[in-house]
Order: sequence, then C-alpha cells, then structure tokens
Amino acid sequence: MENKKKEISRRDFLKIVGLTAASTTAALYGCTPRNGATGRRSASAPIPTDRMTYRSFPELGDDRVSLLGYGCMRWPTVPSPDGNGDLIDQDAVNKLVDYAIAHGVNYFDTSPVYVQGWSEKATGIALKRHPRESFYLATKLSNFHNWTRENSLAMYRQSFADMQVDYFDYYLLHMIGGGGMQQFRARYLDNGVLDFLIREREAGRIRRLGWSFHGDIDVYDYALAMHDRGEVRWDFVQIQLNYLDWKHASGSNFRAEYLYDELARRNIAAVIMEPLLGGRLSNVPDHIVARLKEQRPDDSVASWAFRFAGSPERVLTVLSGMTYMEHLQDNIKTYSPLVPLTDDERQFLYDTADLMMQYPTIPCNDCKYCMPCPYGIDIPAILIHYNKCVNEGNLAASSQDENYRQARRAFLVGYDRSVPRLRQASHCIGCNQCTPHCPQTINIPQALQRIDRYVEDLKQNRQF
Amino acid sequence: MLRTIRISLALICFTLITLLFLDFTGTLHAWFGWLARIQFLPALLAVDAGIVAALVILTLLLGRVYCSVICPLGVFQDIVAWLGRRPKRRKLPYSYSPALSWLRYGMLGLFVAALVAGIGSLAALLAPYSAYGRMAANLFQPLWIWGNNLLAYIAERMGSYAFYTVDVWIKSLGTFIVAALTFVVLALLAWRNGRTWCNTVCPVGTILGFLSRYSLFRIVIDPAKCNTCSLCSRHCKAACIDYKAHRIDHSRCVACMDCIGKCRHGAIGYRLRRKADAPRPASDGPAVQESAQAAGDRAGISRRGFLSLAALFATTAIARAQEKKVDGGLALIEDKKIPDRATPIVPPGAQSWRHMTQHCTGCQLCVSACPNGVLRPSAGLTTLMQPEMSYERGYCRPECTKCSEVCPTGAIRAVTAADKAAIQIGHAVWVRDNCVPLTDGVACGNCARHCPTGAILMVSSDPANPDALKIPTVNTERCIGCGACENLCPARPFSAIYVEGHTVHRIV
Repeated sequence: MENKKKEISRRDFLKIVGLTAASTTAALYGCTPRNGATGRRSASAPIPTDRMTYRSFPELGDDRVSLLGYGCMRWPTVPSPDGNGDLIDQDAVNKLVDYAIAHGVNYFDTSPVYVQGWSEKATGIALKRHPRESFYLATKLSNFHNWTRENSLAMYRQSFADMQVDYFDYYLLHMIGGGGMQQFRARYLDNGVLDFLIREREAGRIRRLGWSFHGDIDVYDYALAMHDRGEVRWDFVQIQLNYLDWKHASGSNFRAEYLYDELARRNIAAVIMEPLLGGRLSNVPDHIVARLKEQRPDDSVASWAFRFAGSPERVLTVLSGMTYMEHLQDNIKTYSPLVPLTDDERQFLYDTADLMMQYPTIPCNDCKYCMPCPYGIDIPAILIHYNKCVNEGNLAASSQDENYRQARRAFLVGYDRSVPRLRQASHCIGCNQCTPHCPQTINIPQALQRIDRYVEDLKQNRQF
Repeated sequence: MLRTIRISLALICFTLITLLFLDFTGTLHAWFGWLARIQFLPALLAVDAGIVAALVILTLLLGRVYCSVICPLGVFQDIVAWLGRRPKRRKLPYSYSPALSWLRYGMLGLFVAALVAGIGSLAALLAPYSAYGRMAANLFQPLWIWGNNLLAYIAERMGSYAFYTVDVWIKSLGTFIVAALTFVVLALLAWRNGRTWCNTVCPVGTILGFLSRYSLFRIVIDPAKCNTCSLCSRHCKAACIDYKAHRIDHSRCVACMDCIGKCRHGAIGYRLRRKADAPRPASDGPAVQESAQAAGDRAGISRRGFLSLAALFATTAIARAQEKKVDGGLALIEDKKIPDRATPIVPPGAQSWRHMTQHCTGCQLCVSACPNGVLRPSAGLTTLMQPEMSYERGYCRPECTKCSEVCPTGAIRAVTAADKAAIQIGHAVWVRDNCVPLTDGVACGNCARHCPTGAILMVSSDPANPDALKIPTVNTERCIGCGACENLCPARPFSAIYVEGHTVHRIV
C-alpha cells in the first residue's frame, strides 16, 4: 500500500484530437433570409446571423460585446481510441466557434483548469483561425492549489502560450470567495499578484481586469469596497445569476439580486455565469415545462433562463457552456435580438422558481471542479442521475407510491447505465476532499451517502 | 405417434431447463424450477424419496423415457445427433454393438465411490444433469447475456428501462475448460454414434438401464414378421437392436421410438412385456470403448489445469505529479484481487462446507442465477465446480436468496431473506496494513456504514489523540460474512477487511 493517491495525469486522460483536420474555412453562414411574414421566430426558422444583441458601456470604452458569451468549460469530447479517458474533439470545437462567430458571438471565456486543463489550448486553436480583433478573449488566474507568486505568474504566462495570443481582453481572478477572506488574501493580495496584474493592465497585456465570485459574501463586499476606496478599479465582475438564484441562492451562493444590485450601483459591468445552472433550468420537471410552454410555445425552456439573465441592463454578456450545436443555435435565437422580459414574465419566473424549490434536486451544475475523486467515484454523474430521476418523477417519496415499481426500475437501471458500479455512491468513503472544490458548496459525501441509502431502500425493497 | 409425443415433450423440457440456466433474472425459477428438481441425481442427493420413487416407477413402467425426455443432456445429444444426420448424406448411421458392461458398471462404481468419499468434483464430471448445466452456464449463458446486452443497448437509446446490461465474465477458468471439453467430447460422440455417453459413462443411465430391463412396456421384435432387413438397427442411436437375433438390449434402449416407424413390416413395436422375452445382456466387443475412455482422460487432464488458476492482473496506475490540479477526469480503479481465505465461503443455506460437498452436483444453476457476481465454481480439487463465494465483484446482498431458491439438490437449502440475515457463513477480518485511514490519512468507515448487521464499530486509531481517524473493529458475534465490507472497502487490490469462511454455519 504505497501512495494510494491515484492522481491521474491529465495528459493520459484527455488530449485534443482532430488537429490535422482543423479546417481553416471560417464557413460562410451569412445571407439567411428574413424570417417569415409575421416576423415571429419559430422553432424551424433559420438562425439569424446579424441580429445579435450587443452591450457596451462607457466604462468599457468601445468594447461591443455580444450578449451571448461562449463558456469554454464544456467542449465536446470523444472517447480516446486507447480507451483511456476522453479526447477533446477539436473539429467539433472549430465548428462551434466558427458558427458562433458567424452568428455574432464575440466573447469567449475559458480558464487554465477547464476540461482537464485542455480548454485553453483547444479554444486557442479554434480562435487562431479568426482575426484577433474579431473576438474578446477572457481567461482566469486559477491558482487554487499553489498560491505562490511564482506559480501564479507562471500560470498567467502559460495562458498566453496555450492560447497563442499576446493580450487578453478580459482577465479574471478565478472564483474569489471560495475559502473566505483568508484565501483571497493569500491568492492575490499578500503575494502581490493583484498589483502585478494591475501593472499588466497598464502595459496593455490585460485590457479589462475583474473577478468571478462564488462563496463567502464577505469577500464580495471587501473586493467592491477596495473599488470604492480607489485601491483598484474593477472593470467587470462575473457572478452567478438566474431566476432560481435571484432569491433562492443555493448552498453558500448569495442571492443574485444582491450581487447584481451592488454592481449596478457602481456601474460595474456584470458578466453572468450559470444562467442555466449547468442545464438544471433547461431540464426541469414536466409540470414546469408545461407552464413555460403554455406561455410561449415556440420558445425553448432554456430561452426563459437566458432572457432572464440577459434582461438586466448592466449585464455585459451571458456565458453558456454550449457543448452541442443545437444549444448554440437555440441561444443565438434567444439573443437575436433579446426580447427583454416584461414585469409579468419576470414575476411568472419568480413563481416558477418557488415551485421548483419544492423539488429537491441537488444543485450540481456538472462543472467537474470536484473531479477527479481519488477513490474513483463519478460524483457529477451520480448527482445528475439523481436530479434526472427527480425531474422525471422517478424518485419515490414512499414505497406506497402508485408508480413505485416503475420509478424503482428507472432509478436502478438508469443508475447502472449512467455510472459504472465501481464509481457509484456506495464506494464514497466520505474523505471529503471534494467538498472544498464545489462552487455550489454541496456537501458531496452527505449527498452521495443519502443517495446510497435511497438506492439500498430500493434494492432491498424496504418499506419507507 | 409415440415418437412425436416423445420429441414434443423432450423439446419442451429441454428448452425450459436450458432457460433456467440462461435466465439471470431468476424469474423463470418460480414456474419451472421443478424441472431441475425432478432430475434423478439432484433428487437423490436431496433425498427426495417421492421424486426418486416416481422416476423408478416411471422407468419400470415405460423404460428409460427419462433419458429421452427429462434429461437435458440426453436431449442435447439427440439434437446434436439429429444435426449430424441432417444433410441426408448419412441415412443409416448406426449399427448394433454389444454392451460394454464392465465400463458401465465400472463408471457407476467409481461414481458411487466418489459420492461416498465426498469427492464431489469427480461425481460432477460424470453426472449428466451437472454436465449439461455446466455447458449451459458456461457456454450458452454468455451468448444469451450478450443478446440481452444488445437489447439493453437499444433500449437505452430508446429511453426504455425494459432491459439492463449484465456483465459477462469467466467465473472459473477451470470449470469453463471442463465445460468446453465436455461439450466437444459429447458433441463428437453424439454426432458420430448417438447415445454412446448414456450407455457407457452416464451413471444415471446405468442405474435406469438396470431397471428398464424389467420395464412393463418395451420395444420388441416379432420374429414372425421380421425379415432381418436391419433398418431398425441402423436407425437405433443407442445401438441396442440385435436384428439378427431379434433381440433388444433393454438396458440401453432409451425408448426413443425412432425404430418403430422405420420397420416396413410392422415387426417392431412398443408393447406390453411378456414372459418370453427375458433380459439377456451381451458383453463383448470394444466398439465404443476408446472414445469413452478418451472422454474420461481428457476431462481428467483439464482438471489438473485449474490448479494454476490465474491470478487477476493488476492495472498499472501511474501516479504523476501535476503542476496544477485540473477539473474533471476519473481516477483509475484497480481490480480487486481474491484474498487468501483459509476456509472457502459457501452460501447461506448450505449449512456447512461438508453438507455442500456432499450434496452438490456442480450443475452451476446457482452460479448462473447469482445476480451479484459472488458465486463462482470452486477451483479446489475435491470441490471442483461446486459453488463458492468471493466478493471482488459484489457482495451477498441482504435481499437476495436466489441460489437457495434454485438449488435442486438441497446442497443450498431454501432460506428467506430474514433467515439469511441471521446465518453466519463467515466473519470479517481487518487488515491493518491496507486500511485507508492509516495508509491515506483520510476518514473512511465505508465498511461500518454498509454493514447490514451493525457488526463493525469504528474506534479511534489513537485513543490518546481526540482528532485521530477512526478504524474499524469487527464484532465477530454479529458478523454474518456477507462481504459488504470487503466489497466496498476502498483499499485495492486487496481490501483492508475480508471475510474468512466458516466450515459450519450457525445462527447468530
């Protein structure tokens, strides 16, 4: 039993495929005819290329940012031919990026740690095929594990190399608030990294400086107070905002209403992340779908969440990690142009959020920050399967439920399909190494053990 | 007519028994489990006097119809033989050969001796139902499961939960090889010479053959009508019709009725016994001796093959330092290895190791029904092919009593889930060197969390230090040996807690 920490080499797991086939044709998607006589966008209508809503603020000079921003955290992958993990599908990434740019998307947000550390490279390759001034590039200083100045600066410089650029449009301190004030100071203030980044902004290698926030609200207030005191000028701040979090923030996330208002008050641009809660707001219980569809039958469930996130005026861009072309197209439609929510619609979404709170899904957004689990558990896959069963009405509240047998089968058979047995919740030992990484501050071992107990109830056919 | 009835019944029995071995869900046993219980040897070992008596009476009445209808191995040979004749090239493939009595009785003697001596492995090699079960479980069930997995794959894509994927794995290389050899030898014998196995090796065939000499109904030749054309003899897969002497060896006749319709003069028929035709077994000629001998030899050689039962290979997990922690990915999981158990674990209901070895015919029905990957054929020389338990793939789940439900021989007596929760089949042993709180310095307790009887208590690894991590201790009085702790232990390849079997089970 020597060192049991089976750290995996990300290079063994995930590589980029399809480099050779990287097509240089930034395909021509233009010239779509205007929509039908009614002008109403419908599911089958062509995707407009020239009607994207853009946002610009005096504080951000002449930046003109598309309301839809591309989150590069969920690039498509294909299984590695050697059976060892996954590879980024670079051809698919190129296609998505080309399509996005052709339809007016011009903001791309990544980080050195995304997609097992391969996101910056893949994004860089895809964007290299477009003129540098045709897009805004955002990346982050993700120095979560090694807070030294040397490591932080090395990470900053590596991002330039990986993305093949000589300046960043938007640069973020990644996830401040996690680990509280102490970690914020350690990561950025005490080691002089923030001062360094401010100088980099003066030198023009960073055009806009900001940060993304999850967690301890004291850090949020402190960082804004620094801005108020004139110690630093934040050009933008990235916050989690959606109609569920507006009033019902999950875990230790703070109410988005407060976060947004604090920024708007100071005229700081807000970049929105998790508008869909990692897909949880597009994959909702059936009765919620019915409720939304009744209002606007042609619009997707997700479009409501995007309209909600894009409607506030101080929002610069709304990030979405679009893995599939269909998601990209749907989001482009929603924002080409944005139809702002009416007050009634806003209230309708608040009511919907209240309804959804009655359904106890686990607030996992599949961001995979918790992974890899050293004991091999596939944490997000388990939580997502659980949420799926909740949404599909396959979570039995009692063994006396009318559809108990069907729900039991769907849960157990689906569980084995979604998660290999050795990676299921029963193998969670509760070492709790994952929880500190979770931006939604889910108590992961507790959630897994609760699911495991439920699975045992089902398997043993217990009365409950 | 008689032949059609025989074939219809045989096909129904054969299909259903085969399905018993193929069905991994255990649903068919509720309806057709009795088909396994009316097999001669299992009934004998289960000391089920009613069934044995019924089979004896059946044979005394109608001859060896058991061999033609009920025995799956017999029907299997008939099917192979039929396939062998199928392209009408070999129209008249068989011929009379005298009985090899010394071989038959020798095999029977060996079989009885093996049973008495408790060498179940030898008995299992010869027993017909076991031999068929072995082939069905090892060779046919994987095909069935692959078919199921294909359906599961399609169902998954259609969002249906009607089918689920099941693992296919070689549970014991030795038993697999024995099954494959049995299949090859039997298929060859049946393809060329019909029922050679049944009339030279099979102990059940020999016992029933002894009875069928005196059976009430039997095939007889009417010498008055017979013109000694040999048609009947050349259609007899049991090679028991001496057409020249107008005599039939009823100890070998399996009452298949194939000969009746072949006679153009109505000279041969299935009739009530009369005084005149008394039994007179023949005993010369080595016609089929060689092949039968070969069957025994090859099976014997393969048996030695398993002593070198392969150790599972370890996957190499290469740890490499990372300059930064990145998101996503899955850690490699090493396969578990079988710990060195001093006493093998046998399932609840088996009562004791001795009871198991004395009653089990190694038919593999329990192994093919175990949904948790726990049961597998033993590789030990004397318990060869009898079931034993190990927990690398799963553990003996509290709600499952499948093996005890399907066992036809009483080797695993029927138990309820409630009974089982109190039957101690072994006890857990903690291995300090592997325990994760001590090796990795993280909290665990997964064994205690999953123990169905609460037999594992977490105690401080260092009582002087209040922050010390907790380690498990086993209350062996409460432990039932189900293996939940061993299976769910994060230590790999060897668990930090494993189950040691008990030779005699007891109620706790």
